[in-house]
Amino acid sequence: MEITLTVNGAAKAVDVPDNALLVDVLRESLGLTGTHVGCDTSQCGACVVHMNGDAVKSCTVLAGQADGADVTTIEGIGNPDDLHPMQEAFRDNHALQCGFCTPGMIMSAIDLVQKGGGALDEAAVRDGLEGNLCRCTGYHNIVKAVLAAQSSM
Amino acid sequence: MASETGIGASVKRKEDARFITGAGNYTDDINAPGQTHAVFVRSPYARARINGIDTAAAAATDGVVAVFTGADLAADEIGDLPCGWLVKSKDGSDMVAPPHPPIATEAVNYVGEPYAVVIGETLEAARNGAEAVDADFEERPAVVDLATAASADQIHESVPNNQAYDWELGDKAATDAAFDGAHHVATVDIVNNRLIPNAIEPRAALGEYDAAAGTYTLHTTSQNPHLERLVLAAFVNVAPEARLRVISPDVGGGFGSKIFVYAEETAVIWAAGKVRRPVKWRAERSESFLADAHGRDHVTTAQLALDQNGKFLGLRVKTKANMGAYLSTFASSVPTYLYGTLMAGQYTTPAIYVEVQSLYTNTAPVDAYRGAGRPEATYVVERCVETAAREMGIDPAEIRRRNFIQPGDFPYDTPVALTYDTGDYEASLDKALGHIDYAGFGARRAASESAGKKRGIGFSCYIEACGLAPSQVAISLGAGVGLFEVGEVRVDVTGSVTVVTGSHSHGQSHETTFAQIISDKLGVPFENVTVLHGDTGRSDYALGTYGSRSLAVGGSAIIKATDKIIAKGKKIAAHILEAQEDQMDFADGTFTVVDSNQSITFGEVAFAAYVPQNYPLEELEPGLSEKAFYDPPNFTYPAGAHICEVEVDPDTGVVDIVDFVAVDDFGHVVNPMIVEGQVHGGLAQGIGQALLEHGVYDDAGQLLSGSYMDYTMPRADDLPSFTVDTTVTPCTHNPLGVKGCGEAGAIGSTAAVMNAVTDALGVASVPMPATPETVWRAASARGSSAEGAERGE
Repeated sequence: MEITLTVNGAAKAVDVPDNALLVDVLRESLGLTGTHVGCDTSQCGACVVHMNGDAVKSCTVLAGQADGADVTTIEGIGNPDDLHPMQEAFRDNHALQCGFCTPGMIMSAIDLVQKGGGALDEAAVRDGLEGNLCRCTGYHNIVKAVLAAQSSM
Repeated sequence: MASETGIGASVKRKEDARFITGAGNYTDDINAPGQTHAVFVRSPYARARINGIDTAAAAATDGVVAVFTGADLAADEIGDLPCGWLVKSKDGSDMVAPPHPPIATEAVNYVGEPYAVVIGETLEAARNGAEAVDADFEERPAVVDLATAASADQIHESVPNNQAYDWELGDKAATDAAFDGAHHVATVDIVNNRLIPNAIEPRAALGEYDAAAGTYTLHTTSQNPHLERLVLAAFVNVAPEARLRVISPDVGGGFGSKIFVYAEETAVIWAAGKVRRPVKWRAERSESFLADAHGRDHVTTAQLALDQNGKFLGLRVKTKANMGAYLSTFASSVPTYLYGTLMAGQYTTPAIYVEVQSLYTNTAPVDAYRGAGRPEATYVVERCVETAAREMGIDPAEIRRRNFIQPGDFPYDTPVALTYDTGDYEASLDKALGHIDYAGFGARRAASESAGKKRGIGFSCYIEACGLAPSQVAISLGAGVGLFEVGEVRVDVTGSVTVVTGSHSHGQSHETTFAQIISDKLGVPFENVTVLHGDTGRSDYALGTYGSRSLAVGGSAIIKATDKIIAKGKKIAAHILEAQEDQMDFADGTFTVVDSNQSITFGEVAFAAYVPQNYPLEELEPGLSEKAFYDPPNFTYPAGAHICEVEVDPDTGVVDIVDFVAVDDFGHVVNPMIVEGQVHGGLAQGIGQALLEHGVYDDAGQLLSGSYMDYTMPRADDLPSFTVDTTVTPCTHNPLGVKGCGEAGAIGSTAAVMNAVTDALGVASVPMPATPETVWRAASARGSSAEGAERGE
């Protein structure tokens, strides 16, 4: 099956099996390995990307569902010389350790802040990140980072 | 040098640029041209004899490259997975370890044990092939219950009573005498619940074989690639060390579970040689649940004897420890030398006797998980202390004060084989009491009560032995390897520095912390220091990361190498400045001739080292690159006070952690930001054990908690923000005065939470995890015995 989609602003056409997942398209077909697979069952959130403006778990989106979609991954939001405010907040607040959950966490957090209308408090951030597992940080610094980014985004 | 990037500064991490932009390089991100994919075929039974395995249909499946069983590995003389620590029983006999073939041959002994591996052109082809493997199993009754395992059906032919060993530590007679003279005896019956580590990155491996060179390269998710290589070479017989390179690139968390040498990477690297193509494997999360080594899983009865003033006289501990179906790489050491030795805690208890019977069951192997033995010991000691305080009507802070080892008592020999070098336990407790506002607790409790809630406060004054380990001590106690570390400091021609460490970072931030040390000691800009790790092709034989050892042992090796760099630099500087070597001083990146205005910078010396002019070559070699091995003379002893305050809703059983304070003494701190982060993560895991996490098998040995839907991982909305602080008594025996901070959170916090929950409910005991149902039941059964509450689970 051939699908076309926009990934990080660039048009892409990929030929994948019918049962391929969006995360396979990103990681295997396009080499965008920043999006991670932590659980295969849409529980951990390491694979979160943005699709048509919403945070989605890309391990639970069929490639076919992403046909024609506009997808943004962690590679598409900033780079070391020009970080997204959320990336900067994660670094400044030591909101990551091993880094494995980080791309999904950042993508979820951006979606959360963008839809939060600037009104997120600690409880709302904790509630909003409930779909992303982190085993390293205890979430303390992630919450700090998201609240900081809410001010800077 | 007090600088913005030196020792003591909260420098932002070097690692972050790649991780926050998606440029990390984890094992699963790496692909080799022409690679195949491995899928393991795993036992659906907890215990069964294998009468035969028919692989014909699997081999004939489209896209299947090869199918291997344990017989194929055995035919190639691939050996068993060994346990690296020999523990002896009370009677002096060696522990009994059953054979542990990487791929099961005659029997399977836990659900998820691999009995075949299918190699496919694609992952899907390998999966299809795995579906087609047909094994003839003869199911046998599973042994699951730890408490009765010793008298259950014998699992392994070579292991009578399913017993690995029956170990003891301490003076039994002296302890009995202490109890004979006791005014009060507090007894606790506790179950330390089985945990499943769940690093968010699943284990993975990519094996490659270079037929022309005869060399193997294994990329894998290991905390200690040299150990992996040693075991694969010396015991498993994959290839000689010199022809096997193990690389652990970015690793997404370990928490102990990635120390061990597992079946999967063993089969992957061996199979790469057989099929002559790269072989790749990544665990699905369900495989992580089934086949990563689990943690904890003890059943314990403990008694604390006290005099009329609440002074501890003796401690008696009897534990059954679950080893699972086989003895994992370091499993035997966890409930013995990392557990029994910690039973003195922070206290002057003069007589202690610990007995541990380690038993096999038809469950996944159990090994070190963050804290490894020390959380279990802390849970025993601090539940005993809390119970005694309540039974004797003594304030829980006060009873601890009365029994603390005092700052003037160090070095302090405990009755359980350790010598604590330093500490000030009351300082940590006082600071923690201040942070939690202990004085105001009564009013807060009253306010909760008027709102229909129950408020409780719980203490945990823990100690841990870290900086593993003095090789001499470890080897005398049965370790099969030395436990030193290596560090190499290579000064580049232009004065920048490359550090190669044997420690491995999988979240701990070595690239930053070690660069701070170098920057501080050599006066080289932080950004000009690069830290390399995780590759047997880059560093000398090393032991890797576990037991909160990286800074205390790996960092000390780097300091030792740095000292050699400075000494060599002085020689070079003296040569250039035509001074005597013993007249040279070095500070802030400059070599100076004492009592003169002659000086030369570190960068100039580095350049001169590689552009040698008029060198007296018999006395002075070119180059500026030094290596050191550091073997610690003692363990380090981080300690602290954790206080948890909870509010329980008696109608729902929901426990709300309203405040959590951790005050830890890690000795000197290189990067406070990083240390705080380590504590936060440990606290989450300790709180997770107390309230959420539980690895559960049913009577048939099926893992009921085998997914994130069934095993409750701490999520952001389960946890509070924490108050963390430190006190400092520098370690007396390593150059940085550091103790290690990686495990403290997980070691101290669990007991604090459970002491708070039981305090809130006014009950002697609540089993872990204290889920809403459990808490609600305990609240309803208030007043029943501790034993009843634990066993009733």
